[in-house]
Amino acid sequence: MPAATLPPANAVSRETSSPAAVPRDNRHGWRKGKSTLASGVSLACALIVITPLGFVLGYLILKGASSLNLAFFFNLPAPVGETGGGVANANVGTFVVIAIASVIGVPVGIFGAIYLTEYGGRRFNSVVRLGADILNGVPSIVWGIVAYALLVNHDVVLFGHTIWHKGFSTLAGGVALAFILIPMVLRTTEEVLLLVPNGYREAATALGINRWRICVQIVAKTALKGIVTGVMLAVARIAGETAPLLFTALGNRFWSFQFHGPITALPGEFAQGFAQPIAALPLQIFSYAISPYDDWHRQAWAAALVLILLVLSLNVGLRYLTRDRVVRVMTKP
Amino acid sequence: MSDPKQMRPASRARDAVFQWFCFLMACGVLVLIVLVGYVLWGGSADVFRKFGWKFLTGSDWDPNTGSFGALPFIFGTLVSSLLALAIAAPLAISTAIYLTELAPHRLRQPLVFMIEMLSAIPSVIYGLWAIFIMLPWLSQSVFPLLRHSLGALPKSIPLFHHEIPTPALLFSGPTGAGYSMLSGAIIIAVMILPIITSVSREILRSVPDLQREAAYGLGATRWEVTRIAVLSYAKKGLFGAMILGLGRALGETMAVTMVIGNTPRISPSLFSPGYTLASVIANEFAEATSDDYLHALVAIGLVLMAVTVVVNLCAQLILKLSGTEVGAVR
Repeated sequence: MPAATLPPANAVSRETSSPAAVPRDNRHGWRKGKSTLASGVSLACALIVITPLGFVLGYLILKGASSLNLAFFFNLPAPVGETGGGVANANVGTFVVIAIASVIGVPVGIFGAIYLTEYGGRRFNSVVRLGADILNGVPSIVWGIVAYALLVNHDVVLFGHTIWHKGFSTLAGGVALAFILIPMVLRTTEEVLLLVPNGYREAATALGINRWRICVQIVAKTALKGIVTGVMLAVARIAGETAPLLFTALGNRFWSFQFHGPITALPGEFAQGFAQPIAALPLQIFSYAISPYDDWHRQAWAAALVLILLVLSLNVGLRYLTRDRVVRVMTKP
Repeated sequence: MSDPKQMRPASRARDAVFQWFCFLMACGVLVLIVLVGYVLWGGSADVFRKFGWKFLTGSDWDPNTGSFGALPFIFGTLVSSLLALAIAAPLAISTAIYLTELAPHRLRQPLVFMIEMLSAIPSVIYGLWAIFIMLPWLSQSVFPLLRHSLGALPKSIPLFHHEIPTPALLFSGPTGAGYSMLSGAIIIAVMILPIITSVSREILRSVPDLQREAAYGLGATRWEVTRIAVLSYAKKGLFGAMILGLGRALGETMAVTMVIGNTPRISPSLFSPGYTLASVIANEFAEATSDDYLHALVAIGLVLMAVTVVVNLCAQLILKLSGTEVGAVR
């Protein structure tokens, strides 16, 4: 075999490529070439796949960074037709809507998962699991329709009292996102809880600890890091959701929550705020991007940069803060 | 103490309360399924009673005159998603092959990380980028190129007294500012690349090493090992990954809405604007004035939901049959 056709060291395991082991094959060079070609082609594909990341992040910084300043963070949008203004209300709105979604969705997901791993029978579990998988595949805009039907299109009446008046509102937006959150949190939490060794449960039971304490203080606590990671990743996912907010939270160019009464009026003011439409960063980006004004396009880029920093820092931060076995399950995207 | 009967009543009660509480939370998922079904079915029953199958087969969508035909949207969703899958699947699967079989080890982790970052970018940001960066590029360089090369071929060939249309029709017609079915498909493709790649990677990683070792033992090159031992073993699973990507593609909303042109029209040209099920809901739901209009949009939501759920179930089934455990976070 001529020296030129010797395989590169990384191409094939050494045992098989040593001249003694390889039968004389005059197509060997051709086969090696094909292998190299395949590596090259698949490398090219991998580069194409990650190119958009560079392009998107690059353009966000290029076009958005120059508009980022304190005024952009702390000002309300300027009246239509005027340049300037900021996204202060959208920043707050994003956090409020995510907070509502988390308050509703996270407990349901976590305790539901505890039921599956600690109590549930096989049949019940597989039904719930299948259900959660189906729900995870439902397009997010459908959740907008559900929240719309529940809270925007109808008054909610309980025992003859109208406890909720219909209309686009903060609460409806939060509920729509909570619906997305529940199946995601349930499945990730369940996966982490399953990793807790059974010996922990058995040891705790042998010590005579109550069942609920075992669930909360032994099992959930052991898996806490993984649970938190799963929840944060799910939250990062819903932070960028736009579609379900389009006709629930609707968007708002002003503050939804206004506090100027005495402290005793706070609950009432909160209740009023929840019933108002609210701005959110994704909504703002969408409406600015499809608007005809250059100044709004500029602000859309800046708002997008803020949103991506929020989402990516949640992702990157978590992945690098928590790198152990429990968490690796979660980091499958 | 471990025997429940010996526990003090208070703690037994607490255990029961906790168990019931968790049970109710777990039932939350089932409640959600019932809720989605009830809202979508209840909201669209009127439409199906009034229009029947015509709702799905009619191609006229004009809320002002009260005629609602969803065919243009179904067409738009299917064409854009399938086209996106055709673009994304080969790239994604090749990338997964590179990541598991061919890439140098120190390159793998950074690449996987970047792909995970790609899947974290919100849809609306892809849309923003697509409007201002991708569309100008497509409409100024790529579309004219396609139009003058592929689009210049004969649009139909005579065969036994029939004119058989050729694929050249896809690339004919005015390209405009780039708001088109093809742009929509490309941005969907970009967005489903990460999920197909990562699921494919899981599947390839689950191929037993024994398979590879056996092929190496026979003197196969690295590519031959991949092709013979790995790909033939993982075929079914990779197909499942593609279907999972299709399910994702069907439900993509914001980025598509921003570039597809939002015109309810069925046209053979990929350069002409289209409309998808998700986009029409996104654009028109908040403005639906009449009950009929609103119900028609809910019915479109039902169609969208039904299609995605069926596709997703198929994907789950294929993945299960192929014996791959795929994680929950999708």
